Amino acid sequence: MAHEVVLLDFWPSMFGMRVRVALAEKGIKYEYKEEDLRNKSPLLLKMNPIHKKIPVLIHNGKPVSESLIIVQYIDEVWNDKSPLLPSDPHQRAHARFWADFIEQKVYDTAKKIWATKGEEQEAAKKEFIETFKILEGELGEKPFFGGETFGFVDIALITFYSWFYTYETFGNFSIEAECPKIIAWAKRCMQKESVANSLPDQKKIYEFTVWMKKYFGMD
Amino acid sequence: MADEVVLLDFWPSMFGMRVRIALAEKGIKYEYKDEDLRNKSPLLLEMNPIHKKIPVLIHNGKPVCESLIIVQYIDEVWKDRCPLLPIDPYQRAHSRFWADFVDKKVIEVLMKISTTKGEEKEAGKMEFFEIFKILEGELGDKPYFGGETFGFVDLSLIPYYSWFYAIETIGELNIEAECPKIVAWAKKCLQKETVAKTLPDQKKVYEYVEQMRKKFGNG
Repeated sequence: MAHEVVLLDFWPSMFGMRVRVALAEKGIKYEYKEEDLRNKSPLLLKMNPIHKKIPVLIHNGKPVSESLIIVQYIDEVWNDKSPLLPSDPHQRAHARFWADFIEQKVYDTAKKIWATKGEEQEAAKKEFIETFKILEGELGEKPFFGGETFGFVDIALITFYSWFYTYETFGNFSIEAECPKIIAWAKRCMQKESVANSLPDQKKIYEFTVWMKKYFGMD
Repeated sequence: MADEVVLLDFWPSMFGMRVRIALAEKGIKYEYKDEDLRNKSPLLLEMNPIHKKIPVLIHNGKPVCESLIIVQYIDEVWKDRCPLLPIDPYQRAHSRFWADFVDKKVIEVLMKISTTKGEEKEAGKMEFFEIFKILEGELGDKPYFGGETFGFVDLSLIPYYSWFYAIETIGELNIEAECPKIVAWAKKCLQKETVAKTLPDQKKVYEYVEQMRKKFGNG
């Protein structure tokens, strides 16, 4: 059966990047549609009327929303190659737990690093480092969070790497100094074509953030 | 192989109730341990060191945390009966989306209603009804969110019903007047033995909430 796959996305979104990585891992051909989030397309509003957010995967006309739900959907439909989640139920629960930890802990804190100043920013930096140290603990000596192979948790986290230069520059700190294992793991992930081709250049993300702060008067 | 199943829980927790219902649906025997959240047991701290929260399912000594992750785990391990999620990947993604919607929206608005006053509280009440009207829209004319049978989304939402009397009394609102379909759906769920035996009495929950509010000065 021919698959028609469309991805509604926004190039700097770490949530959209997760889906791009998953599609690349599975070798799925798709049409990428860039959304202007200040002027959302009728298609986006129709396909995700509840949250009106990207990413949205449209598979043979039917929408799937929420990045980690989309990644699991991709894994279940294209289940003949490159499994993203483990097959053992306990290991699957473990992978979902850590992807959920990343969902709960990373985005809001990281945003405060580039969007705030003073005490709020300092508190966010501290929390960010604590969170990533916990993640380093979970990674341990494994090459990937998934073990020997790149998997669900790696996908959930690696997309934030494209924003590291932005966090470091606005936050005036070095993530590598605090969390060297995370950086080593990220560079290992970036050696994979599916990841390298899906993540934008870190400097481009920084330029985008500088522009966004000006545009929204956040300086 | 004999399964040893332990549930660390707290009787008024709607998150814990989700797991209790799932275990009941599958007919799984387990040991229930009620936690004192002001004095968490060494077992809880050992089994969920990251979040230190209930519920935690301990299956043959191995912990699984986060209620919806636990429910999916239960569904995958005890897959020979009473499926909680649909088999079709698209319908599974759809179920996950709506359970995620419940998680993202309901607790936050309940906190708003119960901890604020005046205009903020009124805004919270309006938001509550908006959220539940969206859920009514998703339910449509189906007996359950899962369609003909009780499923993942029903399970994720029905525990909140045990809190309705508390919400109505503290929030000064009438849920049945605004969202009659939701209340009708809830009563249908309560006809299931697994749900009726799991959900605590609404008045008991209200007494517990009042006790907490007095203690923490929200009254």
